[in-house]
Amino acid sequence: MIDNRKTIRIGAGAGFAGDRIEPAVELTEKGDLDYLCFECLAERTIALAQRAATHDPASGYDPLLERRLRAVLPAARERGTRIVSNAGAANPLAAAKAAVRIARELGLGGMRVVAVLGDDVLDALRAAELPLIDRDGMLGDIRPTMISANAYLGARPIAEALNQGADIVLTGRVCDPALFLGPMIHEFGWGETDWTPLGRGTLVGHLLECAGQLTGGYFADPGFSDVPGLARLGFPLAEVSADGNAVLTKVAGSGGRLSIANCKEQLLYEILDPAAYLQADVTADFRNVAFREIAPDRIAVTGGDGAPRPATLKVSVGYRDGFIGEGQISYAGPGAVARGRLALDIVRERLALAGIPVREIEADLIGLDAVNRTAWSAEPAEVRARIAGRIDDAEAAGQIGAEVEALYLNGPSGGGGATASVREVVAVASVLIDRAAVTTRIVHEVA
Amino acid sequence: MLLRALAHARTGDKGDTTQIAVFARDPADYPRLARWLTAARVGAHFVRLSPSAIDRYELPGLAALNFVLHGALRGGVTRSLALDGHGKTLGAQLLGMEIDDAPTCD
Repeated sequence: MIDNRKTIRIGAGAGFAGDRIEPAVELTEKGDLDYLCFECLAERTIALAQRAATHDPASGYDPLLERRLRAVLPAARERGTRIVSNAGAANPLAAAKAAVRIARELGLGGMRVVAVLGDDVLDALRAAELPLIDRDGMLGDIRPTMISANAYLGARPIAEALNQGADIVLTGRVCDPALFLGPMIHEFGWGETDWTPLGRGTLVGHLLECAGQLTGGYFADPGFSDVPGLARLGFPLAEVSADGNAVLTKVAGSGGRLSIANCKEQLLYEILDPAAYLQADVTADFRNVAFREIAPDRIAVTGGDGAPRPATLKVSVGYRDGFIGEGQISYAGPGAVARGRLALDIVRERLALAGIPVREIEADLIGLDAVNRTAWSAEPAEVRARIAGRIDDAEAAGQIGAEVEALYLNGPSGGGGATASVREVVAVASVLIDRAAVTTRIVHEVA
Repeated sequence: MLLRALAHARTGDKGDTTQIAVFARDPADYPRLARWLTAARVGAHFVRLSPSAIDRYELPGLAALNFVLHGALRGGVTRSLALDGHGKTLGAQLLGMEIDDAPTCD
């Protein structure tokens, strides 16, 4: 018999690596939280971090982890709020050691920090031949430049770390909702085949994982969908019951607004088939989810469900994919579009004349057709000509920006504000592996 | 009238796939939205996207439609040359679609 009177309060402290710091402090101080979870790992972040770690074994975790922990740890310790984050990135163990050092520096001795290891499956993939799941091709096609491979772990090792008394749990790659599901499994004892509560817990984690995107971020459209106080947007928290249903809310007085319309948008965000959201712990089903406003900024979420988990785990493979050279220059006034187009044509011709080995090129006018993919077209007051090309060699990639800058003296009339850049591309592809090929373990550190 | 008058939208990405969820502001408009907004119309609206396939999911309980455009992001945000590699602006662009505002009878 599940006791639904017990609820736990879980807050979202960050929705991406670069997210704002203060909302997590506000949540910790005023949210009466049991758990605060930080989602800090974008698709390719781990690949970039992996490269850092090969140069310095003490690095490879999220560089903002230290700032985040310093900001929230004193209040979290005082209130007994436990922290879970994937900010361990490519090196959760180094992140745990850093967390211990910070706790000591803050005079918070005795804090238990646990690192979750095992998502790094690079060695297991060195000889494997697997199809890529998000496009045509095989793993072998990208193996020569492969630099990282991380399996999306589930919530079980996080729950186990909490069972063993962790105050802070730091992971590498895990399914984002698992950061939130781990504390629920720990608190409510859901078993490995309790598909309905696991599906509901995943639903709550999914709604929270992008933090401010639930409370009014990524939503405002003045005159149509107005949101107050976005500059001091409050991050969300969920009061979760033992059956996995929850009430979503935020700290009173914080900016933003928790609305049903916004919750519905976030429910489907990055969801392909709403009947089958594939996770390491469960296949979640969002088809019959319902939201009900029970008070301002308080919304009940029910109707999530779950089905047996997939037999495989998804693996993100990071690989080097050449360089992107880019240049931009602006034109304004009558004829801006024609001069912008002429500028792009000149750069294309220059690259061809110089024999620059461009694998792929994108040339467009910001203000007209750079992000616009529809037929909508109107002569704007200004355009910014942008040309970007993929090239294997960094020096040759620099030639694109150089040719754009040369337009000042050699191109159309009235070009201004030219910029040039080159960046190395670390791309990500995905494969599926048997879950038996992944072994997780947890490592304790004590401040 | 524009779709924006009846609906709001949010866009997400997964690899080379973009996903656009469209919601009726007033659930009473959902049947009309579901009739009008076919996968073919969405595909035709984005004249400069060339997805390999479009899936359309109906969610009447949420008054929502979810469109999944496969192969639409030029390799996905990690390698795309596009300015908006995520395709995050696509949902708002879909709201710029002209819809038939003649009253319909069911």
